[in-house]
Amino acid sequence: MKNLNLINQIESYLRGEMGPEERKAFEQLLREDPMVDQQFKEHQQLMAFMQAYGERQRLQHAMNLIHEQIDVNALKNELMPFSTKVVKLWRTYRNYAAIAAAAAIVTVFSTLIFSGHLFENNASYSALRREINKIKRSQNDLVKDIKGKAKGPLNPGEFGGTGFALSSNGYIATNYHVVKGADSLYIQNAAGDTYKVKTVYLDPAHDIAVLQIVDPEFQSLGKLPYTFKKSNADLGEDVFTIGFPREEPVYGKGYLSSNTGFDGDTVAYQVSIPVNPGNSGGPLLDNRGNVIGIISGKQDRTDGAAFAIKSTYLLQSINEIPEKDLDRNLILNKKNSLSNLARKEQIKKIQDYVFMIRVY
Amino acid sequence: MKDKINSSIPGDKEIILGIRNGTKQSLELIYQAHFPMILQMVISNNGDEEEAKDIFQESIIVLYNKVKAGDFELNSKLKTYIYAICRRLWLKRLNQQSKFTNQLGIAEDVEDSAADLEEYEHQHRQFQLMQTALSQLGEPCKTIIEEFYLHNKSMQDICEQFGYTNADNAKTQKYKCLQRLKKLFFKA
Repeated sequence: MKNLNLINQIESYLRGEMGPEERKAFEQLLREDPMVDQQFKEHQQLMAFMQAYGERQRLQHAMNLIHEQIDVNALKNELMPFSTKVVKLWRTYRNYAAIAAAAAIVTVFSTLIFSGHLFENNASYSALRREINKIKRSQNDLVKDIKGKAKGPLNPGEFGGTGFALSSNGYIATNYHVVKGADSLYIQNAAGDTYKVKTVYLDPAHDIAVLQIVDPEFQSLGKLPYTFKKSNADLGEDVFTIGFPREEPVYGKGYLSSNTGFDGDTVAYQVSIPVNPGNSGGPLLDNRGNVIGIISGKQDRTDGAAFAIKSTYLLQSINEIPEKDLDRNLILNKKNSLSNLARKEQIKKIQDYVFMIRVY
Repeated sequence: MKDKINSSIPGDKEIILGIRNGTKQSLELIYQAHFPMILQMVISNNGDEEEAKDIFQESIIVLYNKVKAGDFELNSKLKTYIYAICRRLWLKRLNQQSKFTNQLGIAEDVEDSAADLEEYEHQHRQFQLMQTALSQLGEPCKTIIEEFYLHNKSMQDICEQFGYTNADNAKTQKYKCLQRLKKLFFKA
């Protein structure tokens, strides 16, 4: 109860309810008794805090009264008549918008996936292998013509390309994309001789394939007239090719137009030369009869932009063939017998070493 | 003509003076003059009118605290000061709700608004504690305490209000209530 009295005293002191005598006596007490002084200070603090709290409540109350007088909605519309409308629309429809966007994304990607555009980034690059026959193979095809007497199969094959001899003992170079997925391969020269070949080495990274003639009737191709260029060719070099876009060999002439291929591909040259499906795998030769590349593709919807794999990469691939895969030595011809000949003579000589490749 | 306009829109200094003297009118003037600006800011930055109201009222409390403490020096326009405080408060709230905005970053800032806010927030937490303590106290203690300490009513008035026959009984009751309140408040 002593405490109660003290609190009452403190309060009446702080509120100025004490008479002058009483004040003096109380101040005296505070000075004399540190315990009382301590309690006085604590209570003073608490009261100040409560006062502040009360004041805060009054202020808040007053503000709420003022706030009620303001027509917030009207003010809002006045301040931002346009944006609130947009925001409202957005808030109402954002779920629908999200669904629509998701549907659009699904549609776009599924279209891309099903049409193959997503994974084939060389959309405007077309490999020049020829589709001879679009009818798919079936069991019937396989059993057909078991008794056939003709040299080589009667079926003209599914796809075709061009290849050329690397050495006289029957090694042939062509594009990887020509022989990709083949279960049997035949080559046929301009004279109509057909040989069975097998793949010896595939280099998908550089789109190069090396084949070997395995036909029992095969003897030798004879001495090759052309050589292989070990360095890069120069811009503006006159070049020509022989290929099989149809059943007959077709000559094409042009010039080397860029040191890089499609999309800056350093493996290939850009060549301005007329080529068509079936030209793939054909040799690209310079004026002196050096093979400088392998025709591999062209850019769609662009005139005069064909591409050829550089001969340096062909030589590199040949070097990488494991020894055990070669039953005969692959020795590249080093003597060129074309350099001084006119183009017609060159072609006549080369013709026997360029083959149509039939893929089954 | 010019004088007339000036008198209808009192300057910042008059408003500050009004706050210091506790004039009701000045609060009304500030509210009506500056609330639209804050409403616009909050609404165009992911908020609604209720949030604008909270933010604005908080900024007014900060201003009042500062003016009442006597250390308010108006270095900028009152409008700028209020805007800066509200902007800080709103950014903080957006952060807590992990919403974001890109329009609030460019406004000019008032130097000491951060310190003012910190003080306010500390005080605000204390007040919230007091509010809970009071609500836990129950009646009639809550009202007695509020009337006496918050609203400065005299014991005489409280006696009449609660029908106590003598002031001593009322004082004893108030004392008991205060002891319980202290327990609740300091425990938290």
